[in-house]
Amino acid sequence: MSATAEPRSTVAPANPRRLVEFVLRARTFGIVGVLALFVLITTAIEPRFLGAGNVRFILSETSLYALVAVGETLVVLTRNVDLSVGSVVGLSAYVSANMFQAHHGIPIPVVFLVGFGIGLACGLVTGVITAIGRVPSLVVTLAMLYIIRGVDTIIVGSGQVVANALPQSFINIFHATILGIPDLAIATAVVVAVAAYYLRSFRSGRDLYAIGSDPAAARLAGIPIAKRVFAAFVLSGAIAGVGGVVWATQYNTIDATAATGLELQVIAAVVVGGVAIFGGSGSVVGAALGALLLQTISSALNVLGVASIWTEAIAGFLLLVAITLDRAIQLRLAAALRKRRVHLGA
Amino acid sequence: MERDEPTGTARLAEARDEAGAQRPGIRQLGFMARWETALAIALVVVVVLGTQISSQFLSSYNIFTLCTNIGDLAIMALPMTLIIITGEIDLSVASILALSAELLGDLWMHHWPMALIFVVVLAVGALAGAINGLLITRVGLPSLAVTIGTLTLYRGLANVVLGPTSVSNFPTPFSNLGVSGFLGIEWLSWSVVIFAVLAVGFGIALRMTPLGRSLYAIGNNQEAAFHAGIRVKRIKLWLFVLSGFVCAAVGMLYAFELSSASENIGIGFELQVITIVLLGGVSIFGGTGTILGVALAAFVYAGLRSALLLTSSFNENDFQVVSGGLLILSVLIPNIPLFVQRLREMAGRRRLRTQAVDSG
Repeated sequence: MSATAEPRSTVAPANPRRLVEFVLRARTFGIVGVLALFVLITTAIEPRFLGAGNVRFILSETSLYALVAVGETLVVLTRNVDLSVGSVVGLSAYVSANMFQAHHGIPIPVVFLVGFGIGLACGLVTGVITAIGRVPSLVVTLAMLYIIRGVDTIIVGSGQVVANALPQSFINIFHATILGIPDLAIATAVVVAVAAYYLRSFRSGRDLYAIGSDPAAARLAGIPIAKRVFAAFVLSGAIAGVGGVVWATQYNTIDATAATGLELQVIAAVVVGGVAIFGGSGSVVGAALGALLLQTISSALNVLGVASIWTEAIAGFLLLVAITLDRAIQLRLAAALRKRRVHLGA
Repeated sequence: MERDEPTGTARLAEARDEAGAQRPGIRQLGFMARWETALAIALVVVVVLGTQISSQFLSSYNIFTLCTNIGDLAIMALPMTLIIITGEIDLSVASILALSAELLGDLWMHHWPMALIFVVVLAVGALAGAINGLLITRVGLPSLAVTIGTLTLYRGLANVVLGPTSVSNFPTPFSNLGVSGFLGIEWLSWSVVIFAVLAVGFGIALRMTPLGRSLYAIGNNQEAAFHAGIRVKRIKLWLFVLSGFVCAAVGMLYAFELSSASENIGIGFELQVITIVLLGGVSIFGGTGTILGVALAAFVYAGLRSALLLTSSFNENDFQVVSGGLLILSVLIPNIPLFVQRLREMAGRRRLRTQAVDSG
């Protein structure tokens, strides 16, 4: 491992690397810029948009998507995709919230553990089939999307969990704040920070990037691909499981259709946030910002009186714009790198 | 499936070997030499199973329902097969279906003549496909990302077009499509007849025309195909346009069959279409698969669904689990020879190691 790491750093001269870093950082700044632009325009038209209540609401609503997007990012970095997160969130939301109906007075941390456990179990199954079965994750997670949702529907039956069945302290989680900042947003920020640090500074974290950039090279470099991909799916599942409990605190009424289609919003957030859909580049901070951007836009449209039926179409459009821009940046960057390499070589 | 490859082209064979690590030849599975043979057997099993479960299984009413259900999905599976063979994917099919169905509803509500509506809706479908195709081929974006985006975009637009209203007053000759059989044959639905005709056309085009063969070449090795003079981008672009066009047509057909166009129409159809295509033996990595396999898979899928739904203990939700399981099996089974090989290698290595220990 160390032997392969060394030539890598000497082969890539300092300049291009700085260029790449610069562009990646510029990508994050780009999202922040668009975000700022949206906030400015919306506030200019409707000043209440920046009211404390609305900002808090946007942050709380973003938390769920940002959280699940962290797990999704780990998977997407390895050149895989997890389409099952929406179903995992739905299943976990119902089962965990139903705990309050089934066992009165059950402590809330236990409910979070249950959600975590459900997500973990789903992630384990997906991970085993993908990593050990060596079948494409697109197909496996598409199938898991079906299967988990089907299991969810069977468990839920004709029942549902309603707000009355939930303890007030559980419902309050979504609205609780520390110094005016929603608890959920703080918790999500912590998760994002931990994941960012892990991806940046741990060997196994860097391995995810290596696998996504070039699976064949990663194998030759001795990276345990199956193990890492497996871990990424398990983590993604577990995080989505916790996300399910968050979903329950947010919506309070949970039936079999809970969080249907969430995976698309999460993937949109990840991709808008600059994580390459074919792996190897991107960051969890970007993904979280992508989620924040999409949520802000949706809220802005709402405040501006654009009918909510437009939200879905606009989210899709933004995703297309984001990947098109990324492609343009990537082509420019590749051209610039080639020029420098030729220059240095000569 | 191996036999389907143009045998003389060494380049293709090489590409196949390279990719072999990911998709080993399923001919190693002995009697299941062809995936299609296995599917034909599965179909017989399903029919036997169905008649065992219920005497209603082969009733003309049940067959008609089964045919109506599967016909639409199977038609959409045809262009999807071609797209997946070239190594791409189109997740936006159900959204294009919804867009065209809801556009049909909206225009009909506004008293447009039906012929004009047909033209407009088909054009919109082709345009939707062209947007997919242009982004994928000319901008060079991965089809997975593009069509996840357009899945959301087109579905969103569909909801904007019609909103929460539902249109159901289509003229009788059209709304009869979902009620009465083809030319008075009670059990035969229009959708399945259209599928049969199209399937023959697609099958011949894919198997016997240079264009059809070039799809396999593209799926096996895009670079090599390009250097062999195949216009990779143009072909892919037109495949997506075709897919959009066909899905728009199915969207109208489906709305007529339901005699209703409303929100959330055809939601999740893309999953079922892809399940049918992959179950039909088309590799998700591209380069292999036949229309015959996909057609058989469509009927295995429909038959199994119908048979299970006829049992009292099974409902639509349970079938979701089954069809997910089928999807996983359809990609796991071709990998079995690979597992066997790897187990053998591991055993061999262990033997060598023990020998080394013994002698040392």
